[in-house]
Amino acid sequence: MIAGISIYEILTLTTLLFFIGVYGFITRKNLISILISVELIMNASVVNFVIINKYLYPDALQGVIFSIFIIAVAAAETALAIAIIINLYRQIGSVEVDATETMKY
Amino acid sequence: MDIRYIYLIPFIPLAVFLLLGLNYKRIKPSVSGYIGVFGLLVSTVLSYYTAYQYFFVPGKVNGVYKPIIDRHVWMNFTDTLSIDMGLYIDAISVMMLVVVSTISLMVHIYSRGYMKGDGGYTKFFAFLSLFTFSMFGLVLSTNLFQIYIFWELVGVSSFLLIGYYYTKPSAIAAAKKAFIVTRFADLGFLIGILIMGYYTGTFDFETLNNPEGSSILNWASTSFMGLSVITWGLLLIFVGGAGKSAMMPFHIWLPDAMEGPTPVSALIHAATMVVAGVYLVARLFPMFYFVEEGFALSIVAYVGGISSLFAAVIAITQTDIKRVLAFSTMSQLGYMMMALGVSGYDGLEGVGYMASMFHLFTHAMFKALLFLGAGSVIHAVHSNYLKDMGGLRKNLPITNITFLIAALAIAGIPPFAGFWSKDEILVAAFENNQLLYYIGVFVAGLTAFYMFRIYFGIFWGKEKQYDHPPHESPASMTVPLMILGVLSVVVGFIPFSEFVTPDGKGFEAHLNYPLAAIAVTVGIIGIVLAWVFYKKENNLADTYAKRFGVFYKWAYHKFYFDEIYLFITKKILFNGVAASVALFDKKVVDGTMNQIGNKTVFTSEKIKGIQSGKLQDYALAFVGGVVVLVMIFIYFWTE
Repeated sequence: MIAGISIYEILTLTTLLFFIGVYGFITRKNLISILISVELIMNASVVNFVIINKYLYPDALQGVIFSIFIIAVAAAETALAIAIIINLYRQIGSVEVDATETMKY
Repeated sequence: MDIRYIYLIPFIPLAVFLLLGLNYKRIKPSVSGYIGVFGLLVSTVLSYYTAYQYFFVPGKVNGVYKPIIDRHVWMNFTDTLSIDMGLYIDAISVMMLVVVSTISLMVHIYSRGYMKGDGGYTKFFAFLSLFTFSMFGLVLSTNLFQIYIFWELVGVSSFLLIGYYYTKPSAIAAAKKAFIVTRFADLGFLIGILIMGYYTGTFDFETLNNPEGSSILNWASTSFMGLSVITWGLLLIFVGGAGKSAMMPFHIWLPDAMEGPTPVSALIHAATMVVAGVYLVARLFPMFYFVEEGFALSIVAYVGGISSLFAAVIAITQTDIKRVLAFSTMSQLGYMMMALGVSGYDGLEGVGYMASMFHLFTHAMFKALLFLGAGSVIHAVHSNYLKDMGGLRKNLPITNITFLIAALAIAGIPPFAGFWSKDEILVAAFENNQLLYYIGVFVAGLTAFYMFRIYFGIFWGKEKQYDHPPHESPASMTVPLMILGVLSVVVGFIPFSEFVTPDGKGFEAHLNYPLAAIAVTVGIIGIVLAWVFYKKENNLADTYAKRFGVFYKWAYHKFYFDEIYLFITKKILFNGVAASVALFDKKVVDGTMNQIGNKTVFTSEKIKGIQSGKLQDYALAFVGGVVVLVMIFIYFWTE
């Protein structure tokens, strides 16, 4: 509970954060940027979990617990994705999305 | 009487066929000829043994020769309707066994000499064995479907053997023609079989032919276009028989079939396969006779009579000796059909049936002899044409004498075989149908004339220039000629009427002296005319040919039957019907399908960019879709 700030402002913020992430995911050509965009989407949902828990059900803890899980999963996923990207770079010398299209064929 | 050994008769040639056919590169020609002859010799001995067993060992039961049947259900449709496989031993099938095995054995022996040095020697013997197997199977069939199966098998072996010289375009065309024409007729046969099966509930000969059986007594139960359906069935079956037996108008394949090797012409297109149609009508004779007071049978009689006259007229004008013999065969087959057509059923009434089978028997002997003799001549002078032959009696003494015997036999001169059977046919025709009798007598005269025309043309007249002096054929060819020559004399004395009658009772036949005298006189007139025209080289024949003018030209061109067929098939069917149907198929049926295909390809070309394979494009589509869905939910999902 933050004094003077209602749930609406925070939800607006997370929605913005989410769509910035989506926008980045769709438009960015660099794999690292895409990864960052995915992180933004996840962070938006983590904030949502915490805020909704705190504002609507102050006595419950599930939202907070879930957010911790999501952070852990996101960390693991980031590590994995970075590993893939580094390997990709070693193979083709680039981290651009367009350069990975050879795998289609 | 245990008749299971009879299964060996067809299966030995089948085994020989498989042995020779599968190993035809490995078996030496000298060996394969012996294998073929030996296999058939065993079958022949068994056939004669069967004939002896059937006629003399159990003999008549209560004064009647009963059929002996061994059948095994093969396909079961209903309680009564099933297709069986088995043996049907009665007087005519035993007689056919003897005919087929004798002629086939003679032809096998003869072919060892005639086909010597031919590249496909082993293959030839394999095909002959296949044919012999099929023919044995045909005559031993117990029901309509079994006979149909073997019927097609003989058609196939005939096709293979006509097209034996497959490098010659004319042989290929003849083989195709024979196959297609007979196939076309067999369509009628098949429909007839199905009608029989549907309306009588059985295919079995024994059940169908029982004069007290339901299929004969109830013929009037269903009718179609003024005739009983059973009559229609019989007529359609007769169409099949007419196709195989080269009756008008299905005769066009038989002259062309002479493209095959001469022994094949002797075996298949003179003595055995072409009589299958006669045999089929004889096999169903009680049905033909009793259903609708013999309406179908009278059609058989007229088709036979007209075919015999028609073919005899053409035979006079032909210059290829094998074609003369082919038309002669057609004419004699017409005789047999006619005799069946004028026959009755009981006792002495059955003389036509007996005469037909008797003529089939004697005709097989002397016509095979004529063909084999012609083969011997062709072997000597390397030509089929009468104009290349002449004065050969000194060079080919054995062929000369045997050919003369056969010609006398077919001309109906006593005591040769043809006289006895032809006389019975004329007696039967005289008692039942005067018109057919006069046709028969006239044809007898024509037969004597054209047969002695080629006889004098080949063996008398002026000697021609030959590339090398003609010499008598080797013993392997002359021995069968001599055996058949002896048979052509003696088989006429078999008391056929004791054994082969429609009701199985047998009767004693008597010569009808006035009729016999007329027939013999007509025959002698024919021979004398031929003597005058052709004994010495002269212009008489040409003069008379000119005098007949148009008629001669028509007969020479076989009354333009081939041309009519070609006109109907090429001009009307191919160019008219088939071409427009093909156009419809191409434009409408194929067109629709092609357009569907083309449009699909076109559209997919346009939209294939959507499937870019880029994750971000998919994500955009996904997010866009979700946004659209959410908007729909928000605006339309109002409680």
